[in-house]
Amino acid sequence: MTMNLDTNKAEAKPGGPHTLGKVRTHPTQNEALMFEKSAPGKRAYKLPPLDVPAVDFSSCLGKAYRQTPAQLPELSEIEIIRHFTRLSTWNYAIDLGMYPLGSCTMKYNPRVNEFVARIEGLAEAHPYRPESLAQGILEIYDLLQRCLLEITGMDAITLQPAAGAHGEFTGILLTRAWHESQGNPRTKILVPDSAHGTNPATAAIVGYTVENIKSNADGGIDLEGLARQVDENTAALMLTNPSTLGVFEDEIHKIADILHAKGALLYMDGANMNALVGKVRPGDFGVDVMHLNLHKTFSTPHGGGGPGSGPVACKKFLEPFLPIPVLVRDEYGAKHCTDAGDWEDTNAEPTADGCPPLFRAPVLKPDGERVGDSEPMPLHPLGGRLRWEYNRPHSVGRVRAFYGNTGMFIRALAYILANGPDGLRQTTEDAVLNANYIRKKLEDLYELPYKTPSMHEVVFSDRRQAAHGVKTGDIAKRLIDYGFHPYTVSFPLIVHGALMIEPTESESREELDLFVEAMRSIAREAEENPELVKTAPHSTRVSRLDEVQAARKPILRWKPEKQ
Amino acid sequence: MRYLPKSDDERRQMLAEIGARSIDDLFAIIPAEYRLGRDLNVPRQQAESEIIAYFRAAGQKNATDYASFLGAGAYRHYRPVIIDSLVQRGEFLTSYTPYQAEITQGTLQAIFEFQTMIAELTGMDVANASMYDGSTGAAEAVLMAMRVTGRQKAVVAATVHPEYREVLHTYLRYREMPTALVGYHNETGRVDLEALAAAVSSETAAILVQSPNFFGVIEDIPAIAEIAHAKGALLIVSIAEAVSLGIVRPPVEADIVSMEAQSFGVALSYGGPFCGVIAAREQFVRQMPGRLAGQTVDGAGNRGFVLTLATREQHIRREKATSNICTNQALVALMATIFLAVYGKEGMRELAEHNLAKADYAAKTLSALSGTKLRFKGAPRFHEFVLQTDEAPAAWSRRLLDNKIVGGIELSRWYPELRNCTLWCATEVMPRETIDAAAKVLAAAPVEA
Amino acid sequence: MPYPKDYRYTREHEWISVDGAIGSIGITDYAQSSLGDIVYVDAPKVGDAVTANATFGSVESVKAVSDLFSPVSGKVTAVNEELKTAPDQINQDAHGTWIIKVELSNPAELNNLLDATAYEAFIAEETGS
Repeated sequence: MTMNLDTNKAEAKPGGPHTLGKVRTHPTQNEALMFEKSAPGKRAYKLPPLDVPAVDFSSCLGKAYRQTPAQLPELSEIEIIRHFTRLSTWNYAIDLGMYPLGSCTMKYNPRVNEFVARIEGLAEAHPYRPESLAQGILEIYDLLQRCLLEITGMDAITLQPAAGAHGEFTGILLTRAWHESQGNPRTKILVPDSAHGTNPATAAIVGYTVENIKSNADGGIDLEGLARQVDENTAALMLTNPSTLGVFEDEIHKIADILHAKGALLYMDGANMNALVGKVRPGDFGVDVMHLNLHKTFSTPHGGGGPGSGPVACKKFLEPFLPIPVLVRDEYGAKHCTDAGDWEDTNAEPTADGCPPLFRAPVLKPDGERVGDSEPMPLHPLGGRLRWEYNRPHSVGRVRAFYGNTGMFIRALAYILANGPDGLRQTTEDAVLNANYIRKKLEDLYELPYKTPSMHEVVFSDRRQAAHGVKTGDIAKRLIDYGFHPYTVSFPLIVHGALMIEPTESESREELDLFVEAMRSIAREAEENPELVKTAPHSTRVSRLDEVQAARKPILRWKPEKQ
Repeated sequence: MRYLPKSDDERRQMLAEIGARSIDDLFAIIPAEYRLGRDLNVPRQQAESEIIAYFRAAGQKNATDYASFLGAGAYRHYRPVIIDSLVQRGEFLTSYTPYQAEITQGTLQAIFEFQTMIAELTGMDVANASMYDGSTGAAEAVLMAMRVTGRQKAVVAATVHPEYREVLHTYLRYREMPTALVGYHNETGRVDLEALAAAVSSETAAILVQSPNFFGVIEDIPAIAEIAHAKGALLIVSIAEAVSLGIVRPPVEADIVSMEAQSFGVALSYGGPFCGVIAAREQFVRQMPGRLAGQTVDGAGNRGFVLTLATREQHIRREKATSNICTNQALVALMATIFLAVYGKEGMRELAEHNLAKADYAAKTLSALSGTKLRFKGAPRFHEFVLQTDEAPAAWSRRLLDNKIVGGIELSRWYPELRNCTLWCATEVMPRETIDAAAKVLAAAPVEA
Repeated sequence: MPYPKDYRYTREHEWISVDGAIGSIGITDYAQSSLGDIVYVDAPKVGDAVTANATFGSVESVKAVSDLFSPVSGKVTAVNEELKTAPDQINQDAHGTWIIKVELSNPAELNNLLDATAYEAFIAEETGS
């Protein structure tokens, strides 16, 4: 069947006769692959003259000399700028509009974050520079650690994990190491059926079997079922709270009690912390170990799929197992080991050099008495000297080289500083307000499988639209024509045909209303003109792509056409 | 709060439309005893100017005016200006993983270009869309070899970056996958081939080596490959210094290459975020971890790109996935892609030549001093070298620091047998004057009284 | 799509057709239609042992993976190499496309399998129709 759909004519919207409310189509530039634009002799670089004697490279490397250069493109600078600028215009982005991907927390990425991450002394710091020359970076680590511990209500933290799944891996390693120290590593991890796919994958790579837990009628953990499933072989429950349905486990303390009674731990997947910051702390409701996603809750950019950052916070009893190295502060007046291997007194004065007076820390006296700390948490610095400690006999070991995704720590800390306690709380409240607003405005047209109160995201199902042959994936694609990124499709798995919508705090009422209007319009289209929805999007550079061909005969790199 | 696009009035109206009396109604499900009834104890809200001042001050404390001979898995290279101007375009910066292909063709095509360039550079058939970093990439490569071969043992060269080996150890901790460590040859600094051949058996899934290795020495890849393949094991080559591929023969005999691409235009940033990547022979692609972009067509026959072979991944296969990895380093991979476009075919060779020449000069200059000698002279090097000094490194490194130079890193930290040995790196950004100045300071050992 | 009367079926939607000591194994039409376009078949090697009710491979569509369970125990005598390049043959003719052939070590296991009538009743129950 061939359908000839004129998008402009297909739907007249309140925004005007030729628009879909929020958007209007406009041409984008075509752009080939770089390799297809290459021509020998074009240059985008110029190296300075070599100020040391040249070497006979071929004889110096011998058999290890590369005879054939890699077939990289040869382009000029303007071509590279145009290439990537054109490509960029083919992307949707938070900067363009609402990006309601549930579970992903696509919030505004403040530009000051990008600015400060590129400050010379931070961006150019080598990881092996002597600690005496890295105190500025270590102070950033320390302040971020203290902020995250306060936000989560936990006791100890590592910033090392490179992403959320890497944090899960680290957290479950801690769990296992602790159980081993108790004499029995145990054999299984419980994972609710609503969990992210990373949870069972993580449990498996740490050598645990995975046992699923069925959700109850409210989409939460079924306490009786849990009590039956937890036994002496249960290492931990991996719980996302609020759940992937956006529902807070209101009996969380009972869940923790059931686990702890059998010696099992409560792991929390912190993917949905954006619903909790400043309102409730996992450490206060029984969580033993958890990870955070700095790229979700703390505004570091998603960047088209990374880099992430997944700090892991834990209770005191898990601290000995944290990955090495661990950041420690030699207190004011204490002896510390210099980079040259000598012991000397830690700086007699707190190192406020170069800091504007505003950030001067309260002076920490040798007897522990603090002077002038009426302010909340002092920004900088606490005095004494920070260093990496490697001698941790119970540590699970390293989970990556060096110390963590420092560039993301700088951004996350900048976000926390920009918000302060009041801003962080307001952020959470707005995120929850926005989700509930969408729920209220759409619940008459879209099926709400779980009526439990929503936190920061709301999950509908496509049941009513599916009666017309329109599935969640189709509605998602049609949203693109209205100028929105789709919500998360078909997840969580416990909702058949799920539409998982997380607006975040970054949306104005105006943008939310446009989204609601688009969703309502699509619900009408699903009844009146289902084909229009099922073949969407109609306004993009490419229509639906053939994923079957891509998977059957994978083409994973460009190759020159045969001569 | 400047990031929140609502007035209090709008908030009140929205609450009214929801049917809530106050915002507290929306949090009522949280049991009262767990609600935080106070402000978080974090620093007060800061103005943008204050935030910048804070981080500037932190940056200044890091003593920016020091020259440095540090390498060891993190390398300082010149970063062309257009990298940061392009990656800060909001369409790249604030876009998600390209699952919705129709509106993420920009990211997808860039990944496809990245995969192509990495395959070209490494001599492998295919490359993935990136991994967290070189260390986790190497560990994932070993796990991949285990899946491909169905074998459970690995043999690892002691000349692989010590922190990479530590990460591998953590990854294998609960997998009943024993690893054997093979030492290095005293004259060449290369992995000991005889010991390697003895360690490999028909139960070995893979040999993991690094080239250029941790001492900056280029390993004899064809010889190592022969040892691996004779026993049906795979060869994994880890590359910590990607710029070397401009001039060093790619490890075409390898089955899997795991590379750290930080050198391609990625800031040092105290060790992260970096950009790992795994490349491999085509027949192993279904056992590769991480995302892959593939070419296909849309309904009208237009070329387009999608994430493909997703069934390997955790969101589908859950506990049976090839890895739990979910994210990649897309934005950092984009930096690398732009870097490679800037230097291109000729530039990569020229750049690598400058690196080799600078390090060669530094090695000759520093080892010509009395009381110093160059270790591992018997094999070709790229841009790092090991210097042995009569004087304890702690002593001369303090003199260097007084002259605002950070010298080589002490190897005894990882290799106790390499007493008084330090690892030095000189890249294309190292001025000759700094090398000469370092030599002068190093030569000025205080005369014993 | 009719389910051949001379085949035997598993509750995991594989079929087996036995000729002497050799059984050909594939997936049912119901399985292929619920998976959608099949893009890849992961099969064992000739000479590998398979066990009744245990997985011996998997079939993949773009967004799903389904394990293959062996109806019987035995040794793999042949693998359908055409599926490497043309996995869509299964979509076109599920009951005419075998994935592996197995030399049965315990033909009595066939008695544990469903016949066509029982299998059709089973899938009718699964789909709730």
